[in-house]
Amino acid sequence: MVSLFKQALESGKFVVTSEVAPPKGINLEKMHHHIELLKDKVDAMNVTDHQSSVMRFPSLGGVLLVKEMGGEPILQMTCRDRNRLALQADLLFAASKGINNVLCLTGDSVLLGDHEEAKGVFDLDSSQLLAAIRRLEKGKDLGGNDLDGRLAFCAGAIVTPEANPIEPQLIKFEKKIEAGAEFIQTQAVYDLDNFKKFMDYARQFPVKILAGIILLTSAPMARFMNKNVAGVNVPQELIDEMASAPKGRALEKGIEIAGRMIKRIRDERMCDGTHIMAIGREELVPDIISAAGLTSDPPLPLRHHDIENK
Amino acid sequence: MIRSITRQKSEQEIDHLLAELGRLFIIGCGTCTTLTRTGGEPEVRAMKGRLIDQGRLVTGDVVLPVACDNLTQEALKEYGQQIGQADVLLIMTCAFGVQTIASQLKKMVIPALDTLFIGKENGIGTFDEICTQCGTCILGETGGICPVTSCHKGLVNGPCGGTNNGKCEIDPEKDCAWTLIYNRLKELGRLDSMRTLQKPRNHQGEPSPGKFKF
Ligand code: SF4
Ligand code: SF4
Repeated sequence: MVSLFKQALESGKFVVTSEVAPPKGINLEKMHHHIELLKDKVDAMNVTDHQSSVMRFPSLGGVLLVKEMGGEPILQMTCRDRNRLALQADLLFAASKGINNVLCLTGDSVLLGDHEEAKGVFDLDSSQLLAAIRRLEKGKDLGGNDLDGRLAFCAGAIVTPEANPIEPQLIKFEKKIEAGAEFIQTQAVYDLDNFKKFMDYARQFPVKILAGIILLTSAPMARFMNKNVAGVNVPQELIDEMASAPKGRALEKGIEIAGRMIKRIRDERMCDGTHIMAIGREELVPDIISAAGLTSDPPLPLRHHDIENK
Repeated sequence: MIRSITRQKSEQEIDHLLAELGRLFIIGCGTCTTLTRTGGEPEVRAMKGRLIDQGRLVTGDVVLPVACDNLTQEALKEYGQQIGQADVLLIMTCAFGVQTIASQLKKMVIPALDTLFIGKENGIGTFDEICTQCGTCILGETGGICPVTSCHKGLVNGPCGGTNNGKCEIDPEKDCAWTLIYNRLKELGRLDSMRTLQKPRNHQGEPSPGKFKF
């Protein structure tokens, strides 16, 4: 079964993904609500995996809920908490339930989360997890043993276009593609001229790229990210613009900025789509989508040769 | 030179470990823990003073030349009586010393230190962990810098997404191993080596437990 997300990626349209975060606990109401709001507005939604090393309801459980509710889920899998046996087993389980989009991540250090004394596993890294998926698809596990039953995934990874230094990051990016990444969701980009330069380089690879957009919620939040989030660089003009918003209207400003950026990315056909992250404010994603002028029906499809001709 | 790097346990933890125990004998080491100032003469003296002030009975103390050496038993002979009177040995050597002493004296031991890593001295008073004896050495592919040890996550295929301005996501004071490796390989004109997709590591390369006989 070919995934709907993969079909969207291959259709040449401007693909929109977003994400939902599982709860701390078993009250799924809020996640349910976010899925309901987003499922018809985006091409697929990621379910995060113990984001920032904070223990939560599992991403595997989250993707099942998305699926059950008629959405197209992307299973985020980090290598932090499971060794290669557990990762492969979870992939088999996902495949058996019709979950066939996976985003492979190395995962944050446990020291950044809420179980600081836990063991960080990292038996595999993101590129090795991608390679493992391709191997499972060939009917073999990492031990070289035959698997009973066929499976197929649309597998992807991430890149940080603004990493400093950038060269080691790009080598890793190329290894992820070599290992089998079909799509890449980027870390948040704010300086689109920089992002364009990244795309001039990235376009040579056979991979679909979705530009990461994180909703700015206030000027202090933007400054906080600059200081604390690796590879995120909000230019001063945007911080000033956020600060210029009248009291109580910062969020609207953030939505406007995110919408404007997505519109420019699409109008200039910078890449294949966008991945919208509204960390904790997922209910605002539909507003960002409308601010970008994207409707739920696929707008004028962006053809691949258009990208190539640019 | 490699050294066993230790850190003294908190006074609270030491007091807790000694809570139910009576007379004690204190042992330090003249090698690594003297160098790292965690279990040499001054530290043993300070520990003894603190415990006596608490009203504890200390039957004696000694700083052995090399606590992990098999001759430790000989060195301790002349303290036989004081050790015999003690209920427990409070040991201010690294864990290699603690185990050596425990196996030779057949007495309860309480480690006063935590052993952190085997470090290489890089300049006076600074020690870095540069090898964790993984049993499948890949230094040939990384320009002689060990990612298994120097990368917080032990990654062998390049940096994670947390690398920030050449530093590691867990500590802005620690270099990202993969920035160091990249720079070294670039200098050597061998970046191709970093481009090779490394297979998952063999985590059983290091025999566990390790045992060896010539
Ligand atoms: S690769 Fe293994 S053996 Fe080689 S330096 Fe690193 S930890 Fe030591
Ligand atoms: S920041 Fe660098 S050293 Fe730290 S875990 Fe990531 S790759 Fe390893």
